[in-house]
Amino acid sequence: MNYSVLIPMIVFLIIIFFIGYWSSRKLAGSSNFISDYFLGGRELGGFVLAMTMVATYGSASSFLGGPGTAYTMGFGWVLLAMTQVVTGYFVLMILGKKYAIMARRYNAVTMIDFLKARYNSTAVVLLSALSIIIFLFSAMAAQWIGGARLIESLTGLSYQSALFLFAISVLVYVTIGGFRAVALTDAVQGAVMLIGTLILLVAVIISGGGISNIMQDLINENPNLVTPYGAEGNLSAAYVSSFWILVGVGVVGLPQIAVRAMSYKNARSMHRALIIGTIVTGFIMLNMHLIGVFARPILPGIEVGDKVIPLIALETLPPWVAGIVLAAPMAAIMSTVDSLLLLVSSSIVKDVYLNYVKPDASLKTIKRMSFGVTGILGVIVFLLALDPPDLLIFLNLFAFGGLEAAFIWPIVLGLYWKWGNKYGAIASMATGILSYIALHFYNIENGNLFGVHTVTLPVVLSLLAFIAFSLLIKRQAYDYNAILYRNEKQA
Amino acid sequence: MKETDWRFRVAHREAWIGLGLALFNFIWWFAFAYGLGSRPVEEYTYIFGLPDWFFYSCVVGFWVMVVLVTVVVKFFFVDVPFDEEQEESR
Repeated sequence: MNYSVLIPMIVFLIIIFFIGYWSSRKLAGSSNFISDYFLGGRELGGFVLAMTMVATYGSASSFLGGPGTAYTMGFGWVLLAMTQVVTGYFVLMILGKKYAIMARRYNAVTMIDFLKARYNSTAVVLLSALSIIIFLFSAMAAQWIGGARLIESLTGLSYQSALFLFAISVLVYVTIGGFRAVALTDAVQGAVMLIGTLILLVAVIISGGGISNIMQDLINENPNLVTPYGAEGNLSAAYVSSFWILVGVGVVGLPQIAVRAMSYKNARSMHRALIIGTIVTGFIMLNMHLIGVFARPILPGIEVGDKVIPLIALETLPPWVAGIVLAAPMAAIMSTVDSLLLLVSSSIVKDVYLNYVKPDASLKTIKRMSFGVTGILGVIVFLLALDPPDLLIFLNLFAFGGLEAAFIWPIVLGLYWKWGNKYGAIASMATGILSYIALHFYNIENGNLFGVHTVTLPVVLSLLAFIAFSLLIKRQAYDYNAILYRNEKQA
Repeated sequence: MKETDWRFRVAHREAWIGLGLALFNFIWWFAFAYGLGSRPVEEYTYIFGLPDWFFYSCVVGFWVMVVLVTVVVKFFFVDVPFDEEQEESR
């Protein structure tokens, strides 16, 4: 076992635990448990907000899978990864102030609260809760497997022990600390990702003998590696561009990202988060993927893409620095997992249990439920990740694209289009999910339809469904101030 | 009937700005990547060691967006209260 790699990672875990503990003490004195546990009491400042969005979004794929693919494909894949710069500002600008104002007006704590208040429909709530629970649960399990594999490859522990270690660390601080713990640890994790990326990039460039040298090696091996078309010349402009929807603008529809857009303290925090978020996202995406490409001449012949980053870090850095740098993918995985865990448990406790099972539950019951459900979910994910069933891997394939196709229009048009109604929302969600799954199978059989990523057409179709059904069935303009009048009448 | 909330006008304008920035971002990224990158590899020039298409599209493009976002936020985004009480007392 390599202790000098391990010790920095353990120190990192201890810091994370400490933040979880600190947040739990703050939570104990809380007067509004639900808003605090699931939303950190809407008081995130600019830096924490930006970091929590970046950390949540930057998952195992940005730190392990993505650079691994860049290693195989060359610069074309770095070009593709850079479509993510847009998420740094787009999500906050689009949801932006209107979402924050409406969320407060509706007293919404989850994305589903928002949809429930906007569309006033049980079907919308249950359909959304179901999609969130199924899709995010699978996405979460996949991340746990990634986390365990990383620990496994660093420590030489067995996969089971690695998974156990990982599960315990995540569960303890999410269960006790809630959203604030998650957001604050995200901030630390985001900083670790940023620094880790920078150190590794410099180390890789130095051991490759400078960028020009690396570039020459790449051209000698295969000139396609430095073109936008990928090593085999099979990355088409249409395909790469369609990633603007999957990992760029479509991210607006991801519940774990959307919920963060209701957690900021004030407009000034949001403004700062816009700038910091853009810089950090772009910096990490550009450099992590460049590292993947640059690693190729230094360590040729790596078969498993996910191993490129761990291997290149161990190769180019002194062990204890490698430990710090490898805490970055660890951080990315953990911070994605913790947000998903919290989101799934909030869907169960808040959106289903409190809405339909027991609306008059006492604070004590809610507290016990929240801790309990979060804990139980963690245990279930752990058991599933021990020996992942095929169904899980299958569902995970749909997770992000499926959620985007389902939610993007009910959220965005729900905010900005007064003619949007529940019929449009239901039709849009159903169309999005079903066409995404159907197209997935079609594309596996026949190659990508129109040469674009699977998510593209379902996003267009669900838009058409939203507009058509909203206008055709019970067309009625929505009054965004309606809730305000109701409150005034009561007062 | 109440007047439209003034904060909504601010929010709507800023959402349109977001859309505009994303569109501009896409065009910049696409034009340099495929405009310069489609030549034969032998004709590429290198800036700081990176292929020119990549340098302009991804490296310069990224910093252009950072500058644009900063300028837009500093000069065009309006600070609004989110809570209703603050609005009532206006």
